[in-house]
Amino acid sequence: MVARVQETPINSDYETAELRRLLKLSGAIVTFCGLVRDFNHLGKIEGISLEHYPGMTEKTLLRLAQQAVKRFELEQVRIIHRVGRIDNAETIVWVGCAAVHRQAAFAGAAYIMDILKQDVPLWKKEHYGESSVWVEAKSTDKDAASRWQK
Amino acid sequence: MITVKCFAQVREISQTEEMSLSFHQNMSIADVQRQLCAQGEQWQKAFSLSPLIACNHIIVSENHVLNEGDEVAFFPPVTGG
Repeated sequence: MVARVQETPINSDYETAELRRLLKLSGAIVTFCGLVRDFNHLGKIEGISLEHYPGMTEKTLLRLAQQAVKRFELEQVRIIHRVGRIDNAETIVWVGCAAVHRQAAFAGAAYIMDILKQDVPLWKKEHYGESSVWVEAKSTDKDAASRWQK
Repeated sequence: MITVKCFAQVREISQTEEMSLSFHQNMSIADVQRQLCAQGEQWQKAFSLSPLIACNHIIVSENHVLNEGDEVAFFPPVTGG
């Protein structure tokens, strides 16, 4: 199980290979990549910055990975999140889940992303030329996370 | 001593990334907030955002009672992913 933040670009091929290397039982791998869009509801943006809380962010990511393994009986989980300045189209977050069957791997990846967006201390700021604006939390993300509490 | 850390909008508005406060017995998060608000209007503005509160990396409420050496953090709702 791996859960970390990094300032350097995420290499999806490397992360998938590392996930596969540790598998003994799995028949399914689901991976998710979150990307920086080049626009928001106001127009074009020029990249983002992601602030984190060193120590708490890593602990919360690891706890989330452990919860997903237990809840969905996953064989392996890998969560990699970028921090710092990130350009348009780059990967913000990469999640990989491996399980014996595909349903558990799909559910595990969806669970991790829904809870990550609600619980993990990370804050996004969008850049527009010389100015920048903090992204506000969305009620749809709260709703997505709450469905796992049922 | 208590360490106070601020992140994102709370950091910008309070103009504080990290600071230390003297500890006293039965000191709560609410006491920390009152003490900081007395230091300047920027703290009143920062707390008007109703930030989330963490103590030693665990989310807590403002009623949480602190211990010597605790690390308290204030930050807005998260927006990662």
